[in-house]
Amino acid sequence: MNNFTVEAIELTRLYGGREAVSNVSFTLSKGEVLGFLGPNGAGKSTTMKMLTGNLAPSNGSVKICGIDMMENPKEAKALIGYLPEMRPLYKELTVDEYLTMAARLHRVSSKHIKNAVETAKERCGLGHMSKRLIENLSNGYQQRVGIAQAIIHRPMVVILDEPTVGLDPIQIRDIRALIREVGGEHSVIISTHILPEVEMVCDQVQIIDKGKLVFNGSIDVLKRQRIGNKLLVGLHNPPNVAELLKITGVSEAEALSSGLIRVRFEDGATPAEAIVQTAVQHGWGLHQIAPDQTSLEDVFMQLTYQEQAIVQEQAAA
Amino acid sequence: MIINVARKELKSVFASPMGWVILSLLMFAFGTQYLNGVNDYFAVMSGAMRPAERTGVTQFVGQSIYGLASFIMLFAVPLLSMRLISEERRSQTLPFLFSAPISLTEIVVGKFLGLVAFLSILIVFIGAMLTTLNIWSDIDFGFLLANSLGLLLMVASFSALGIYFSSLTQQPVIAAILTFIALFALMMLDRFFAGDPANILGSLSLTRHFQSFSNGLIDTADIAYFILFAVTFLTLTVRRLDADRLRG
Repeated sequence: MNNFTVEAIELTRLYGGREAVSNVSFTLSKGEVLGFLGPNGAGKSTTMKMLTGNLAPSNGSVKICGIDMMENPKEAKALIGYLPEMRPLYKELTVDEYLTMAARLHRVSSKHIKNAVETAKERCGLGHMSKRLIENLSNGYQQRVGIAQAIIHRPMVVILDEPTVGLDPIQIRDIRALIREVGGEHSVIISTHILPEVEMVCDQVQIIDKGKLVFNGSIDVLKRQRIGNKLLVGLHNPPNVAELLKITGVSEAEALSSGLIRVRFEDGATPAEAIVQTAVQHGWGLHQIAPDQTSLEDVFMQLTYQEQAIVQEQAAA
Repeated sequence: MIINVARKELKSVFASPMGWVILSLLMFAFGTQYLNGVNDYFAVMSGAMRPAERTGVTQFVGQSIYGLASFIMLFAVPLLSMRLISEERRSQTLPFLFSAPISLTEIVVGKFLGLVAFLSILIVFIGAMLTTLNIWSDIDFGFLLANSLGLLLMVASFSALGIYFSSLTQQPVIAAILTFIALFALMMLDRFFAGDPANILGSLSLTRHFQSFSNGLIDTADIAYFILFAVTFLTLTVRRLDADRLRG
């Protein structure tokens, strides 16, 4: 028996002949937070709908803690908490009424309902909103009710579709902390198109583009790809580029329009110290030196672009 | 689980003024009819000298109230059933139910029972109102029971049809209009085939099957008709929702 809480096996979904999601496979273990990244219309929400049994896959299968979603939907759904992109809130009810109903529908036994509602409210910072109508809550608080609804029955897997959309920065921070906290004991899948968010809360990252998985791995791999082997150097009296190339380890130097110089170095080399020493010796007027980080956006672009390039090559061949 | 869905429906009916307004309006109508019925009874019976012309007070008042009730339900049920699924579709709350550990059948049957439970409040009130006649006369409880059962079965069939139309559209108003037209046609079918009582289409009419109940007769054939009617439309609703999941 393996420890996978979520297993997606070759999920494919067709919408009238067009593949919205094609051949997506992944697994998630207990205590991990998986980030689902992708541009609009990439198939993130469709994949999540399939994972939660809201949509039947055209092909492939989903297993939650080893229980097949197609064969035993009730048992599998009992292990999932889901917050769709559009919050499914009954706005005519109060927060307490709504959460009680959610607990009841998710098979929380009647003597534990009160407790479960209190805990969920506390975790989402909704304590003082109990008697308010959901309709009258602000966007951010409605989002918290949505999250409370998804974690009320302590599910093994929590699936949140774009949980931080439309929130203010403080609320975003709170929600991220909450996701981390929930992720400590359960598995969490979140989808987003905010890249730094993924870096902050996720252990695993998946990038999906046009229905295909283009990257699937740990966040560290993505970070490493991001930091790379470049330095940005700022000099008041910049020398010839050839001078810089003489420094050991430096493989390439390029003057940027901003007045800075981008220096690439060989893998494993750490030329920063040497550059500083040389700059001081020659009086180049060093005022800035920093690693040149590729933004996650760039990595993301690269990954989705690579995929396109491959497809184009294949098409040409 | 079915009960939890039904409770949720009842809760949302009473969370808005809609439920209370409909309850009070209908009770007002039935109360007025009751008062008129009792007054008319004295007026008519004082003129009816021969024993053959005399009818019991239960039948006289009861028939007029249950007749009115079955007619008013024709308008009330579409108004109540219209939002059951279409409203959820429009405000995108269906995933809440779909991702809970309950089957589609449980969702649909739960919603159906929630609505029927709401409407049976009215049926109980009507029954209670007529029972007050027992204070000064001796009423026929069998007649009351048959009529209440008939009304309950008919309201249940109306609701099942209403839920089905509600599952077809995102617009509650369209669902209400469609339900009303379909129910009206089913009620009127009887009239169209009045000249030919053996016609099969005529026997599909809801009015015809309510008739025996309103005469105080509990006929299993009519019970079977109403139950089959409700089950058919509930099944169609489940299939409609299942198609959402499959075709999206």
